[in-house]
Amino acid sequence: MAVINLLQAVNQTLKQEMKRDKRVIVFGEDVGLEGGVFRATVDLQKEFGPDRCMDSPLSESGIVGAGIGLAINGLIPVVEMQFMGFSYPAFNQIISHMARMRNRSRGRYTVPMVIRMPYGGGIRALEHHSESTEALYAHIPGLKVVIPSTPYDAKGLLAAAIRDEDPVIFLEPKRIYRAFKQEVPDEEYILPIGKANIVKEGGDVTLISWGAMMRETLKAAELANEKGIHAEVIDLRTVAPIDQETVIESVKKTGRVVIVHEATKTLGIGAELISIINEKAFLYLEAPPARVTGFDMPFPLPRGEQHYIPSPDRILRKIEAVSNYLT
Amino acid sequence: MIFEGYHPLDKTMFQVMDEEGNIIKPEYMPDISKEQMMEMYQLMIQTREADLKALMYQRQGRMLTYAPNIGQEAAQVGSAFPLKKEDWMVPAFRELGAWLTRGAKLEMIYLYWYGNEFGSYMPEDLKILPVSVPIASHLNHAAGIAWASKLQGKDEVTITYFGDGATSQGDFHEAMNWAGVYQVPVVFLCQNNQFAISVPRGIQTSSETIAQKALAYGMPGILVDGNDIFAMYAAVKEAFDRARRGEGPTLIEAFTYRIGAHTTSDDPKRYRSDEEVEKWKKKDPIDRMKKYLMSQGILTEEENEKIIEKAGKIAEEAFKYVEASGDTVLEDIFKYHYKEMTPQLTEQLAEYKAYLMERGEA
Ligand SMILES: Cc1ncc(C[n+]2csc(CCOP(=O)(O)OP(=O)(O)O)c2C)c(N)n1
Repeated sequence: MAVINLLQAVNQTLKQEMKRDKRVIVFGEDVGLEGGVFRATVDLQKEFGPDRCMDSPLSESGIVGAGIGLAINGLIPVVEMQFMGFSYPAFNQIISHMARMRNRSRGRYTVPMVIRMPYGGGIRALEHHSESTEALYAHIPGLKVVIPSTPYDAKGLLAAAIRDEDPVIFLEPKRIYRAFKQEVPDEEYILPIGKANIVKEGGDVTLISWGAMMRETLKAAELANEKGIHAEVIDLRTVAPIDQETVIESVKKTGRVVIVHEATKTLGIGAELISIINEKAFLYLEAPPARVTGFDMPFPLPRGEQHYIPSPDRILRKIEAVSNYLT
Repeated sequence: MIFEGYHPLDKTMFQVMDEEGNIIKPEYMPDISKEQMMEMYQLMIQTREADLKALMYQRQGRMLTYAPNIGQEAAQVGSAFPLKKEDWMVPAFRELGAWLTRGAKLEMIYLYWYGNEFGSYMPEDLKILPVSVPIASHLNHAAGIAWASKLQGKDEVTITYFGDGATSQGDFHEAMNWAGVYQVPVVFLCQNNQFAISVPRGIQTSSETIAQKALAYGMPGILVDGNDIFAMYAAVKEAFDRARRGEGPTLIEAFTYRIGAHTTSDDPKRYRSDEEVEKWKKKDPIDRMKKYLMSQGILTEEENEKIIEKAGKIAEEAFKYVEASGDTVLEDIFKYHYKEMTPQLTEQLAEYKAYLMERGEA
């Protein structure tokens, strides 16, 4: 078992999947010779040649559109959007075609492809380099949206995404690309898409988050623990489709819930989670479900970003408020 | 009439001055005074010095990511110089020389790269759009601005800047097409600096020149030596004159080279050779103009030193101002997105302020 970071886990998985299945090909802007601006695809071109890992023109619509064609015609493209904030030129292809080709053709054509994109803020980046717009994609029927929060998860989930018969949006939390390392098995393994992970058990309050925000959420859970509040922490891992069962079971146990996301608040994944909880566990609730989120604003430039990402302390306050509600 | 003599399919490159600073096409030498020449030269030096300082500050951890312009000064200053006060400029992100030429303040540009939104605020009297990071998306804005000029009978032209990589985007083709259909007064200025981050121009297009793409959209196109400031000026001036006469859009390909990295987060050693860079350094646009100015007795070595020194000071002062500006004011994060904040934003700001207050940080 090697100790690696999230970026290395992505790279290793791409290599293993390309070795396992000759149909898997990788392309996108700067991904070939340079190995991607974050180096997620480094050495793939060296190892598999320029026909299986190539630099594309600077054309997101082309990358996804061509990927759809490749997928229909027998290959498994794993394409990279350089940053999530640059996926919008491909929006038309993703929504109008990638997400609905199976349905449109009544199952005759399928698009087994993966779009990988680094997402999220907190790296003091330029405009459009800090987006967390996962809700945009989660809203589209036909797409699966997967977000790992650890190197171990990244490997198992990316392998699952590549082997999935449907299109998968795979969001990589760039803030924690290199933030920490973890033991990751050398051999291949799969973590099922659509299955949440209970990272920490507890009976007082349920915390739900995903991606880079798991770090702040877990810290908040520790702080709460010091105050005698025992949080159960759920890493959603897949934001579309949501693992309702795990969420509901936990809320039934704790009766209290705080959802944490970096994305804007309005119509975020948090809103969907609260709807699910209201529909399926309303009578178990001891307090109104709460959210700690980014603001309904674009992610600020670096001189203002410290305000945007929910901090462990901000989350803690919400945990306390929810815990003290009517007690 | 430059465009008549330079058809883009001929693949000849329009040049006025050779690499030694000799005027080889006197008939195309623009009609500009010595003072104007010196002004252009100073702007190129200012751009270079501001870049060098920014790179230094970045290495010292005082500046954020920065996209340097080194090698592209002639393409930028030469193309922006013929703009008149009433004209519009629609930049991408690597346009320091063009911004400064147009009258933008270095402080503002530094502020943007320093990570403060106010760097995008343009004073009322400057018709410049802010940085546009998503590649090629601003080209349609330029077509629209120019279309508005035409529809309202305003005597103004628009110039828009983009790289070779941008020509791979749908937006490039849509903007060119649109401008051609409505014959709007816009100049598309492609700075072909040979790379889009690590990807060479050959992976963006297999057409022999970018200039020739103009033909498909029904407008003239010309390949210009982007390191020759006189050629840049002359070609753009002629394109502007056409536009002002109501003869529609033009595509200009400035053939140049990005000497430095794409941005400070990039390592160009991974994708290009030192020899190639050295070869292009010999074509430095500033050296070239300097040779010309010296040969004409317009500039002395001593004056040159002074210009460089002054430009360096200006950059230092600008950065001092920027560094003293501190972080974004909290309200500023919320208040500019709508004319009035939505109820949701008002609530979110109030909640967050209450939180800061509780912590004694507000
Ligand atoms: C739509 C979009 N995709 C990707 C990027 C990331 N990116 C920033 S600059 C750049 C290369 C741009 O190359 P070019 O247009 O030739 O301009 P240059 O940087 O060389 O001046 C890329 C891929 C982006 N900003 N926008």
